[in-house]
Amino acid sequence: MQNNRTSQNKTFALTKIMKSKAFSAFTSALLAIILGLLIGFLVMVIAGPEKAVLGFRTVLTGGFKKLGNVFYYATPIMMTGLAVGFAFKMGLFNIGASGQYTMGMFFALYAGFMWKLPVGIHWIVCVLAGMVGGMLWGLIPGIFKALLNVNEVITSIMFNYIGMYLVDMLIQQNATMYVATTTRTAYLPVSSQLPSLGVRNSNVNISIFIAIAIAIILFIILHMTTFGYELKATGYNKHASKYAGMNGTRNIILTMAMAGGLAGLGGAFYILAPATIPGSSMTYEPINIIAANGFNGIAVALLGNSSPIGIIFSSIFISHIQRGGTLTSLYGYKPEIIDIVIAIIIYFSAFSMLMKTAVGSYLKRSYSRRHTETERKEEADIPNPSELKDEVDIPSAVDAPPDTKKDTVRATKTEEKDAVNVTEDIKLETLQEENTAVNNLKAGEEEV
Amino acid sequence: MENYIIEMLHITKEFPGILANDDITLRLRKGEIHALLGENGAGKSTLMSVLFGLYQAEKGEIRKSGKPVKINNPNDANGLGIGMVHQHFKLVDIFTVLENIILGVEPKKMGFIDKKEAREKVINLSRQYGLKVNPDELIEKISVGMQQRVEILKMLYRENEILIFDEPTAVLTPQEIDELMDIMRGFAKEGKSILFITHKLNEIMAVADRCTVLRKGKCIGTVDIKDTTKEELSKMMVGRDVSFKVDKKEAEMKEVILKVQNVTVPSHSHKNNAVKNVTFEVHAGEIVGIAGIDGNGQTEFINALTGLDKMSNGYITLCDKDITKATIRGRSKSGMSHIPEDRHKHGLVLDYSLEENMVLQRYWQSEFENKGFIRKMKVRSYAEDLITRFDIRSSQGPVTIARSMSGGNQQKVIVAREIDKEHKLLIAVQPTRGLDVGAIENIHRQLVATRDAGKAVLLVSLELDEVMNVSDRILVMYEGEIVGELDPKKITVQELGLYMSGAKRDVVKENGNAK
Repeated sequence: MQNNRTSQNKTFALTKIMKSKAFSAFTSALLAIILGLLIGFLVMVIAGPEKAVLGFRTVLTGGFKKLGNVFYYATPIMMTGLAVGFAFKMGLFNIGASGQYTMGMFFALYAGFMWKLPVGIHWIVCVLAGMVGGMLWGLIPGIFKALLNVNEVITSIMFNYIGMYLVDMLIQQNATMYVATTTRTAYLPVSSQLPSLGVRNSNVNISIFIAIAIAIILFIILHMTTFGYELKATGYNKHASKYAGMNGTRNIILTMAMAGGLAGLGGAFYILAPATIPGSSMTYEPINIIAANGFNGIAVALLGNSSPIGIIFSSIFISHIQRGGTLTSLYGYKPEIIDIVIAIIIYFSAFSMLMKTAVGSYLKRSYSRRHTETERKEEADIPNPSELKDEVDIPSAVDAPPDTKKDTVRATKTEEKDAVNVTEDIKLETLQEENTAVNNLKAGEEEV
Repeated sequence: MENYIIEMLHITKEFPGILANDDITLRLRKGEIHALLGENGAGKSTLMSVLFGLYQAEKGEIRKSGKPVKINNPNDANGLGIGMVHQHFKLVDIFTVLENIILGVEPKKMGFIDKKEAREKVINLSRQYGLKVNPDELIEKISVGMQQRVEILKMLYRENEILIFDEPTAVLTPQEIDELMDIMRGFAKEGKSILFITHKLNEIMAVADRCTVLRKGKCIGTVDIKDTTKEELSKMMVGRDVSFKVDKKEAEMKEVILKVQNVTVPSHSHKNNAVKNVTFEVHAGEIVGIAGIDGNGQTEFINALTGLDKMSNGYITLCDKDITKATIRGRSKSGMSHIPEDRHKHGLVLDYSLEENMVLQRYWQSEFENKGFIRKMKVRSYAEDLITRFDIRSSQGPVTIARSMSGGNQQKVIVAREIDKEHKLLIAVQPTRGLDVGAIENIHRQLVATRDAGKAVLLVSLELDEVMNVSDRILVMYEGEIVGELDPKKITVQELGLYMSGAKRDVVKENGNAK
């Protein structure tokens, strides 16, 4: 009997871990990555069968040879990832990370070239200027959303273009910044460059630590402050947050501005980096292309389940395979192939939500099966099983009000659920299917 | 061997941790009206969802006319002639009646929808069964009762033989209920078989031939209506004798707490005002009940009163303080507590834990907040305190995710939070919706205790019994107006019903002229 108890306790500890949100987010991200890698490998086999294995190994391990640059390139996507993930916690889909990033980059460049400041202060001012630039570009869609309920997806996408063309125009007009012969920006003054970490052949600098620190601060904001409490409450259920008297208008503006600031920092961290040749720095080529780092932020946020801590790891991972991918040209692979492989992995990161539901329900089903078995075995020990049953209402989807259904289904996509809910969701999805026509139309109406 | 059109034999449906249906057998004769009775959570909806193909049962089989059939989705069910009117209608608001009826089975001519033929069929059906509808009206423009007729026509158009009605009377006026009963009897006479889900005993006694009672997922038995009584049925349903009376002393009215003057609220769905010129007072130490059929402006009024929505005219004062333009937070600070109508939409953040939900109205108070940080230890101990005091049951205590809790316990969380918060006025909207008898008794007791503690209570409910038993004074709302102020001790349910359906109205006090 004694032994029996302890073994049961152990299973409980294990299921506690399995039930935790972080665990299921992690396993689903891992599954997404594995699937992405598998299909990526298939693409490489088709593109060049004889060297596919070697090439693929380089994708996986090549990053270790360029660890410094892995961290350097992880920094901006970590910031844009945080920009997307943080806003998403409030239920806002910030597609404008690219524009905010570009704006931040421009503000940082401007402060770097145009302001003469003492060494040791200059780069800090440049970083802060970048943050302000991004904030501005996040703030405007935020204000429209909060005050006029204009869809932030549309306004922030459009702001990507406005920001990019504006920045390209302003840079080309500015003789101090722009070198017409190279069609790129000039090297930044050394005082405005971020302190390097001194890793050979890499641009890695202090900003990776700043970015990680920011992610940790965001984690603390989200989980320990009243602002984080309001933000998540609004993201989960905006009706309840209104009912609780939370100031939605202020929170939306604040969140979008903060998200913009994060992306802006990403732009600053990218451009203010010292390059490998002493004295040189990263440069920007204004050729009317929307910054990919902004969109990669969406993938990073998805893969990291919008959690600041998850985003630290997902950004480093994506940077890692990107670095590894650039090395496959050694085996004759065109750089585009590797972009495709990376794109597939990122593409599958979007499936991580789906995987999460699948993995979660699988684990729970197998757990509850095992659990009922042990329960049956120990039936004599349990005082009155029917009493236990009484505590739980039978979920009756048909009885539930329609709004609940919508909410629950929406929540499926964002959240881990307990055993009862999994079934509830499955049921609701069935109902949903039947209801799709109605709901789609209603949803469409709301959007308009 | 009797002639059964549908047999559901030994149906067992399990959700992790719960047996929703445990070895349930239900036999439906051809041409009968068969009621399915049970409390919320007894498994009625699950059983019907199995029959309609929304879920698959783990054990048991379904037979149609003696032959085993497999129903994997609602389309299969339709193919077998099974149709269902859901409690919440499944209609496309911006389509016409006709378009909704033919949705999914559109008659086609060379790839185009042939509405002419469909229209004729619909008009014939509606004439044949006395289901008056205008095929070209938009769904969003017609009344709830009319929408239900559209749902019924949908089943008839598909030539369904077996008709399932899921709590069809919840949204209807007494007159509409009578009409529906006649229609159902007509169907039965034609040889159609009807399954009628409800928890209202009067309706079963009025219309059903037989009744199967479910309790906690188990089948308690099937009885012939002519051999049984209401009392017997309710005992089968609940498992014990039920007292529908609420224990309470005489109210001791004190000072005025809430004063509502000429409040008018525009409607979101039509051009008229949803609430028209409503004026009343609520005193400390009394429970004022607002009765009315769903959709007569109660929701809009409460939204305006609590600040969720704007009103176009009128004043509200709370303890002599004008709160007409106050924010939701401001109203809450002035002493307003609100148990909302929809606990999932407004009352809870379902993905938050129990303790996080406990402080939803108070997280910003210095008791729980320090320099912008939430004092988690304080929240935890506060939640633990409320959990013991209000007997809230959950699997993991304060850290249980609200979504995983049962409806009754979710509601207890809200009630505990709103009652424990410092308040002078408690607004309780449909506080017992979807709860079982035990939970209902508990919440009624809390409401009375709040009143006895010298607070004002405003109760809004669609349940006549609740309004009659709990309130000290009843206001009846009809089409956005208060049409009567009644004393629950002096009037009968029938009389109240007349006010609710607009058949009777009192002198409107303010202008002193009868309408």
